[in-house]
Amino acid sequence: MTHQNLLAVRELEVIAPGPLATVQDLGRPGWSHLGVSRSGAADAASLTLANRLVGNPEDAAGLEVTFGGLRARLRLRRPDGTPATGYLALTGAPCPATVNGRPAALDAPVPVSDGDELALGMPTSGLRTYLAVRGGLTPPPSLGSRATDLLSGTGPAPLHAGATLPVGEPAGPMPGVDHAPRSAPPAEFVLRVWLGPRDDWFEEASLRDFFGARWEATSKSNRVGIRLSGPALQRSRTGELPAEGMVRGALQVPPNGQPVLFLVDHPVTGGYPVIGVVHEDDLPLAGQIPPGAPIRFRPVGTPV
Amino acid sequence: MTTPLRGVRRAGSTALLAELADLDDVLALRAALERDRPVGVRELIAAARTLLVTYDPAVTGHDGLSRTLAERADALPAQGGAVTPSTDYDTLVVPVRYDGPDLADVAELTGLTVREVIERHTTPLYTVAFAGFAPGFGYLTGTDPVLRLPRRSEPRTAVPSGSVAVAGGFTGVYPRSSPGGWQLLGSTDAPLWQEDRTPPALLLPGRTVRFEETT
Repeated sequence: MTHQNLLAVRELEVIAPGPLATVQDLGRPGWSHLGVSRSGAADAASLTLANRLVGNPEDAAGLEVTFGGLRARLRLRRPDGTPATGYLALTGAPCPATVNGRPAALDAPVPVSDGDELALGMPTSGLRTYLAVRGGLTPPPSLGSRATDLLSGTGPAPLHAGATLPVGEPAGPMPGVDHAPRSAPPAEFVLRVWLGPRDDWFEEASLRDFFGARWEATSKSNRVGIRLSGPALQRSRTGELPAEGMVRGALQVPPNGQPVLFLVDHPVTGGYPVIGVVHEDDLPLAGQIPPGAPIRFRPVGTPV
Repeated sequence: MTTPLRGVRRAGSTALLAELADLDDVLALRAALERDRPVGVRELIAAARTLLVTYDPAVTGHDGLSRTLAERADALPAQGGAVTPSTDYDTLVVPVRYDGPDLADVAELTGLTVREVIERHTTPLYTVAFAGFAPGFGYLTGTDPVLRLPRRSEPRTAVPSGSVAVAGGFTGVYPRSSPGGWQLLGSTDAPLWQEDRTPPALLLPGRTVRFEETT
């Protein structure tokens, strides 16, 4: 039957993307030396959980939905054209979610059928909600990854109404998990920070301010970085720093003294001193910081 | 013998920043680490005076890797010398239309005629020292000393794709339109970055490059 594959359909159709929805996986490590950051899910822990809940490999591609607002329809038909069923999972920032108007559970596998419509409201806390579909999203990869990198322009474009994303075949059995409860993102974010590499570029008083202040995430924040507002950090030396390699989680301080916390789409090099770097294990939490949220930093190794 | 390593700084829980005296030492250490990569090292990101070494914290750690970097730096040949071109790639010839908006300013700044600026820029054999800033953007060493100019005091919000520029002792080519503060000498149609090509960049670290005037 040569027309079999014409009838088989596995895709997600975007009806409305909300403020920003992108395809993300765990990114493309290994290209920094050519100027491309790893990118990938800003809250990687939530994406991997969503994938596990629907029996996908942890690094399968899903959607990163910023500020909710996504509406999408699943099309799942067998090669003979008959409707098929599948699963999806929603993790990360909790938000009201419905499938065909009925409430859908978060952090749990949700059974779906051909034609079902998913709708997400605004998150009640946090910023980014993750959607995994059983089989994973399979748009063409760039440099080995399907992640959308908003700084370098690598990977699929941010979603627009009418976009369709292919869904792959399930790679393994469904797990025997009904629900994976998680704590919601907090009202105040506390992140552990390693000082350096350029903490010696700042006044002692500014290092105390850095750990003592209650910072605020400004609205000028995105996947590249979170611009913070708080006490202006003062440099103890003048002159320019030659550009140097940057890591995700780096807190780079431009001349105005207001740090920028680099997230997943950060530039690979930067020319301002980095006062400290957020602990790797706290980066998924940093990926959930919404504009206006208060943030505190504490030195790695000190009690909460 | 003195080590070229000026210090090793922590950059969080998964990276170290090695500080070196100059770019030649940075590239020598990068080459040594590429030839024989220490266990757990993920990426090596060279810059003008630093080498960022990222690592898998499940495999290696700050103290052990710092010692390894110090040993490798100590073992580098005593004389630094110029950037060593890679023998892995042919010399890349980049055709350039010398029609950049800063060409007249550069002539005035350097006391050269426009024609002399073009000759000074097309004469040297350049080497891609490192990449960064944007996918496919390379920092090229070998620029004629007279063309080692500072960045513009007012960066442009949009530098056109393909712009060939100088600043801070380097020559670079903008692979796509982006903000930028370098002095724009001309432009090229060379496909600097193509994701479906292997490797995607033309300006690969270590590759030698010449600029050729075209009309």
